[in-house]
Amino acid sequence: MMAALLRRTGQTVLVLFGVSVLVFGVFFATPGADPTARIAGRNAAPQVMEKVRHEYGFDRPLPVQYAIMMKKLFITRDLASYTNRGQAVVPEIMRAAPVTASLVCGAAVLWVTVSIFMGTLAAAMKDTWVDRGLMMLGLVGISIPVFWLGQVANLVTQSRYHDTWLFSWVPGLGYVPFAQDPLGWFRALVIPWVVLAVMFIGIYSRVLRHDLVALAGEDFMRTARAKGLSPMRVLLRHGLRTSMVTFVSLFGLDFAQLAGGGALLTEVVFGLPGVGRLTYRALTMLDLPVIMATVMYSAIFVVLANAVVDVVYLFLDPRVRDAR
Amino acid sequence: MPADPPLLAVRDLCVSFPARGRMVPIVEHVSLDLHAGEIVGLVGESGSGKSVTAMALMGLIDSPGVRVTGSALFRGRELVGMPQRQLRRLRGRDIAMIFQDPMTAFTPVYTIGWQIDEQIRAHEKLSRHAARARTVKLLADMGVPDPAHMAQRYPHQLSGGLRQRAMIAMALSCSPALLIADEPTTALDVTVQAQILELLRRLRGTHGASILLITHDMGVVAQTCARTLVLYSGRMAETGPTEAVFDRPGHPYTAALLDAIPPLYGPRPDRLPAIDGIPPQPADRPAGCAFAPRCGHAHETCLPAPPPPVPIGPGQQAACVLPAEGTPLPPRGPMTECTA
Repeated sequence: MMAALLRRTGQTVLVLFGVSVLVFGVFFATPGADPTARIAGRNAAPQVMEKVRHEYGFDRPLPVQYAIMMKKLFITRDLASYTNRGQAVVPEIMRAAPVTASLVCGAAVLWVTVSIFMGTLAAAMKDTWVDRGLMMLGLVGISIPVFWLGQVANLVTQSRYHDTWLFSWVPGLGYVPFAQDPLGWFRALVIPWVVLAVMFIGIYSRVLRHDLVALAGEDFMRTARAKGLSPMRVLLRHGLRTSMVTFVSLFGLDFAQLAGGGALLTEVVFGLPGVGRLTYRALTMLDLPVIMATVMYSAIFVVLANAVVDVVYLFLDPRVRDAR
Repeated sequence: MPADPPLLAVRDLCVSFPARGRMVPIVEHVSLDLHAGEIVGLVGESGSGKSVTAMALMGLIDSPGVRVTGSALFRGRELVGMPQRQLRRLRGRDIAMIFQDPMTAFTPVYTIGWQIDEQIRAHEKLSRHAARARTVKLLADMGVPDPAHMAQRYPHQLSGGLRQRAMIAMALSCSPALLIADEPTTALDVTVQAQILELLRRLRGTHGASILLITHDMGVVAQTCARTLVLYSGRMAETGPTEAVFDRPGHPYTAALLDAIPPLYGPRPDRLPAIDGIPPQPADRPAGCAFAPRCGHAHETCLPAPPPPVPIGPGQQAACVLPAEGTPLPPRGPMTECTA
């Protein structure tokens, strides 16, 4: 068990290194693009160019450039934005991260609980109208684009029905830090949570139901029934517990992807200054350092989340524990 | 044969599944008696309805639209049509089941001990501790080495033989009166097979369990069962005391099955006699004897309707027209020890 954990950690570090090399290569070592000119800005004086070139080590071999870039990213953290000179990239991401984390964690709690409930209920009532209704609802959830749903939610809660008793509590678009006003934080985020969670509820409940129904034909489910256990216990303790293995791997990937900036559309629609919106802004202005930093940030998240999923796997599935 | 009422009396059990808009009979008119302390063999090839019969007795068939008719009295209580709630109380406590493949029959994410404890605690009010103590004792009884430690292992960490022993321990955990063993040795290699059969035979004495042993292996039947019921294509071909069935088979199918066992003594045959053809699909069973298309003795009286079982000896019946027509099959001579 301990050895498995250590090995996994080692792999994680290796993968992170690989990702950082790749990202650096794509942004700064691509032939034909002179990073100095981009960083120094348009029509920069030769002295400025020289200063930038020296600061970033672009006149030195690639491994040194890589080391300098990583130093600027992780140690001195003074990598500056192209477009807004003087604005350091890393603190900016650090400011955006809690917003994204708040959004994604809340949505994740919501989608995991609701989809487990919906999927299990549908599987328990297989082939009844409850099952069909829930799965239809799930399909609708999957098909609705998140930006459209967000805009509609805004339209309804911010303008059309904002003055009715139902939505008068909804604050204007934007983010309220949790430390400043927990209730305000909750009120600002609850609608984005729901909007972001809808698609995942649809996917996860359908996957879970399918898993549970497929499991019902397994030998061990028959054994459990032959033991004289109640259908509820068979479904929850034997079926649901076993399907959690699939569920967790799916969840790990989606969660990491969102936390690393994948909730971009939701953040833009609801005016939340998160990592996704930062990426979006950087993309529209071709702000290379910011794009690189966010890509790194997102990659780190995905890799770490995968490592966490693998560790959770070790606890969930005894077979994996021994196989490694 | 004991005179007291049988532990399990099955009469005319029929199971049909809906397929393409009509009901397809899978098991037709199966009857059998199982007395306390007896081991009865239910023999047939794959698809002959052995497992379906067992599942129907346990009330474990839950496909939509399935129809189970007939009667199965267990200690005087009707199992067919019994509400699931009551059946559940019987399952695992009075009737337990051992499945074919011990590899997949345990839930992979719990320890063996946890799963046996679970069954004990589902039926009896016992503390976790007391349940585990019984689990460990059961595992020890089943010949599992270091049972306390084994109880903490996961199914995938145990060999097939150990897993089947654990499966049997789990089945016996609430001292059931009836044990249905569905091909308990098929997935195991031959030496382990023999050990498990020996264990099952011993259970009668140690745990007082009657066993309905489902198998496709005539050798297993010969070694283990007092009485035998041969199923062919969902219908009873022959039933009777094992010795009589093996010595004087009344049904050509039984005889053909016995011929297909390699002889242990005497000259080795060039080729083993095999039964030509394949069993009919349940949906298109012939109107008459289901075995007629593959039977060397088939003639016109076999074809209009399935021949009813006729008594051909003490306690022995065969669903064949030959004995009634005065041309019974020749006896095969005394049963020889045959192993698979």
